[in-house]
Amino acid sequence: MMEKMIFGRYVPADSLIHRLDPRSKLTLIFLFVCIIFLANNWQTYAIIGIYTFLLIGLSRIPIRFLYGGLKPVLWLVIFTFLLQLFFTREGHLVFHWGVVKIYEEGIRMGFFISFRFFFLILMTSLLTLTTTPIEITDGLETLLAPLKKVRFPVHEMALMMSISLRFIPTLMQETDKIMKAQIARGVEFASGPIKDRIKAVIPLLIPLFVSSFKRAEELAIAMEARGYRGGEGRTKYRQLSWKWGDTLQLVLLVIITILLILFRS
Amino acid sequence: MDISLSHVDYRYQVNTPFERLAIQDVSIDIPSGTYMAIIGHTGSGKSTVLQHLNALLVPSEGVVAIGNREIKAHQKNKNLRQVRQRVGIVFQFPEHQLFEETVEKDIMFGPMNFGVTEAEAKKRALIALKQVGLAEEILEKSPFDLSGGQMRRVAIAGVLAMDPDVLVLDEPTAGLDPRGRKEIMEMFYALHKERQLSTILVTHSMEDAASYADQIVIMQQGKVVKQGTPEEIFSSPADLVRMGLDVPEVVRFQLKLEEKWGTKFEKIFLSIDQLSAAIAKQLGRGVES
Repeated sequence: MMEKMIFGRYVPADSLIHRLDPRSKLTLIFLFVCIIFLANNWQTYAIIGIYTFLLIGLSRIPIRFLYGGLKPVLWLVIFTFLLQLFFTREGHLVFHWGVVKIYEEGIRMGFFISFRFFFLILMTSLLTLTTTPIEITDGLETLLAPLKKVRFPVHEMALMMSISLRFIPTLMQETDKIMKAQIARGVEFASGPIKDRIKAVIPLLIPLFVSSFKRAEELAIAMEARGYRGGEGRTKYRQLSWKWGDTLQLVLLVIITILLILFRS
Repeated sequence: MDISLSHVDYRYQVNTPFERLAIQDVSIDIPSGTYMAIIGHTGSGKSTVLQHLNALLVPSEGVVAIGNREIKAHQKNKNLRQVRQRVGIVFQFPEHQLFEETVEKDIMFGPMNFGVTEAEAKKRALIALKQVGLAEEILEKSPFDLSGGQMRRVAIAGVLAMDPDVLVLDEPTAGLDPRGRKEIMEMFYALHKERQLSTILVTHSMEDAASYADQIVIMQQGKVVKQGTPEEIFSSPADLVRMGLDVPEVVRFQLKLEEKWGTKFEKIFLSIDQLSAAIAKQLGRGVES
């Protein structure tokens, strides 16, 4: 039931993107989120699009899988599009029917904003699809290390993040299991009147909460039993290594940024 | 109610990089009133088979017939509720499905979903609670205040209260102490005998399979590799050992003894009583004692 979800999921493969250092991938995503706002016309959106699909191609994630996983989000993208389409009141009036008025600017903004949204989702999914949660946290921890100077709990944050990412699949499995157990007891999750379906969530959520709390407690005990005392003086088993590919990748991003600046209007 | 699987395949996560064929060409017949054990290692596909027995999974290929209802691959299967009422599943660690404020409400949840009146559901809750060997006082308690073993029993009572014709058990005794294990297994066996309830037990335990089942199915890597009565299955223990499965202690003892004495008993015995009688006979002392 939940098996199509791709958020926070890692697809093991040996591709250029998989082999990149997590620090370079995180920097890429961070900068990408910034530079996407530079795009403001067809040319610049085309550059962003080509760049995104180039990275997806290099990652060897099957497009069909990506499509299946993003389908639920596409509705959100379409919704954004419609919202912009109907509520922007600038430019020439293109279409008029009753209360529905569609302006030129509305069409433009609809396309641009939904594209921006779409590419952001694609890129961020690409990060989690090609990077193990542990790599992401290691990368973040190193990148954010300077913040320790201002007493920001970098290690604790990273740990919290890795734990939550680690438990997404477990939670999914658990949800699936409890859902099935309740379906076997006569609950209908997928059909029937809306009122019943909302009610059906209770027998699912309560067991999930109970088991999550239990699991959190067990995890805390297991960590303490193995001598966990926070990040102070802790060494790393996995060493990150910055390779020429990482530099090259960031150079490409800089080129894209320059192109965007040149072509934006 | 008869259940049969014919040439069933099931694929998980179709069209993703995680696609996996979980079971392949599985055909199993479960006539009404049978006690069947499905045995296999972790990942052998036994839990997948189990979920087909009340249409929680719809086969990727093949047909599952549950009573007079056929569930086929490649078609929309609607109104599965009636099927689910007649086939009760006790999942592994069923205590995870508890959620109501009181034990009574939780047991009544299943029956009431299937349209039983509140009064009737209350009556059934009490009966089911007694069946699983719990005291009436517990009805008003919160299920989360109970011990692990009691929670397990309440969850089982919740399935029994649905009054199914077929009971499917997925490792119902996992994580219980030996006494609780025996009590629960004996309870299911008694139910099977009393109500002619078809029972399908998915288990690792050869001992349980040998002592309760009349049919055993052995699964390996998504396929049925052996199927038959316990006597048939355990008569060629070498096969089982080759598949990495255990042979019940009684059978192991008999085999050792045969090896030591250089003789053969007339058949494989599945209970200690039968075997000891046979040994006594062999020793020429007769069975009168």
